[in-house]
Amino acid sequence: MTTAPEAAASADALLLPVPDDDGAPFWEYAARGELRVQACTACGRLRFPPRPCCPHCRSFDSEWRRMSGRGRIWSYVRPHPPLLPAYAAQAPYNVILVELADAPHIRLAGNLVTSADAPLDSMDPARLRIGARVHVVFTETGSMAVPRWLLEKS
Amino acid sequence: MAATLKDATAIVGIGQTAFARHLPQSEKELACRAILAALADAGIDPGEVDAFSSYTMEETDEVEVAKAIGAGDVTFFSKIGYGGGGSCATVGHLAAAVATGQATVGVAWRSRKRGSGPRPWKNTAVQLPTPGQWTRPFGLLRPADEIGMLARRYMHEYGATRDHLFNVAMACRNRANENPAAMMYERPLTREMYMTSRMISDPLCLFDNCLETDGALACVIVSAERARDCRNKPVYVHSAAQGLPSQHHGMVNYWNDDPLSGPAWTAARHLWKQADFGPQDVHVAQIYDAFTPLIPLSLEGYGFCGRGEGAAFTEGGALELGGRLPINTGGGGLSEAYVHGFNLINEGVKQLRGVSTAQVPDATTCLVTAGEGVPTSAILLRS
Repeated sequence: MTTAPEAAASADALLLPVPDDDGAPFWEYAARGELRVQACTACGRLRFPPRPCCPHCRSFDSEWRRMSGRGRIWSYVRPHPPLLPAYAAQAPYNVILVELADAPHIRLAGNLVTSADAPLDSMDPARLRIGARVHVVFTETGSMAVPRWLLEKS
Repeated sequence: MAATLKDATAIVGIGQTAFARHLPQSEKELACRAILAALADAGIDPGEVDAFSSYTMEETDEVEVAKAIGAGDVTFFSKIGYGGGGSCATVGHLAAAVATGQATVGVAWRSRKRGSGPRPWKNTAVQLPTPGQWTRPFGLLRPADEIGMLARRYMHEYGATRDHLFNVAMACRNRANENPAAMMYERPLTREMYMTSRMISDPLCLFDNCLETDGALACVIVSAERARDCRNKPVYVHSAAQGLPSQHHGMVNYWNDDPLSGPAWTAARHLWKQADFGPQDVHVAQIYDAFTPLIPLSLEGYGFCGRGEGAAFTEGGALELGGRLPINTGGGGLSEAYVHGFNLINEGVKQLRGVSTAQVPDATTCLVTAGEGVPTSAILLRS
């Protein structure tokens, strides 16, 4: 496990998302603590990753729909070095893929942690399980807010 | 009647450099050496080459190669995207160019210094915008992490185990142990070594990952008619396909209905539709193996077994010589060399010439595939 001071130091060097035009709203909502997914205003279908045009009805009009923030672990990995230095410092950590409760087949990559600002390796690996219920929280990292995931109380 | 690719062209020359963790020559020099070796193998003068095909991520472009080897006027050139997904498409593009009269002598190649050069995943400036913004910040950094995620789900859904992945690693290693050119020649693998090796991206361990390699390979394609006059027995390009599935996304796609059905399924549909034979008639296969889980996924995609049956297919020595489907008979990316899958193409040619170091008796048909997960490609070869 990484100690808290080490995590605070290395967390600054974790990669920040580099939003493109289509993805920028996701990160702007994240900064407000909201998990939102792009939806077509013409046919209503959700889509991820975001893009300019609806693949179902080809409308260019979209909105960002708020999600409940709940989901289940679809899969996970535990990366070990060689890794970029800030990640190596916390390895082995977990990366989970969360299938959103509100939106089947929209799966967000993230990390299962013990609290919003805890290090990436804070969760006991024995508690990682496909199908486990999780919910989103956000942590400030650098100039951005990124989602993290907590286990639901069972 | 419309032009058909079927058996209209043949691979008539193959060439390669040594494979090693570190080679002193530049990628450009390695490329030229492999290409000249392939042309010599075919008995064709470099001045006759008028078509080139390579992958993106290749540092040596066709202008440099054509100039260095003394090619004539070039009338066709193409670059295929998506890293290892492009390997077989280089052959497919040249076959199409030659079959339709756009060129007469085509050269495909791959040169890499991945053993001594930088790891592509460390270049975060390139990786972080679309699609990396959705994965990289969370530490899903490397292809091994992305495939490990799929592998875990596959194991969960179908009861696949690390023993199944070991079957894949072992089959490749056994063939490499028979191939003096392989990086893992004379370096046997045991189940204990596999099970106790360090994790790279759990559930994937060291031996589930391909080798970091310096080296280059090339092949030469001409019309079937011209092929009869070449130095070596022609190996015909029977069918070729690329695969970019609907709603696909980059390295792996976690966002469609079924992430475990990758681009192989799309390529396979077209490949078999154009062929005179089916999966049951394939004598030997060279299946892209950057990571062991790509083998069961590809066995399903290319129709050698049903959905979810790929892991069980590896049991009982099925992938070994004498088994139901011998694979990667030079050792593959896992144990011969990882040169973005080009060694699989040349090994397919060796099998159908009857000169492989792990020869499948009387093999006349071979499937070669490119990287699964990324937009991919595949070819069917026959003698």
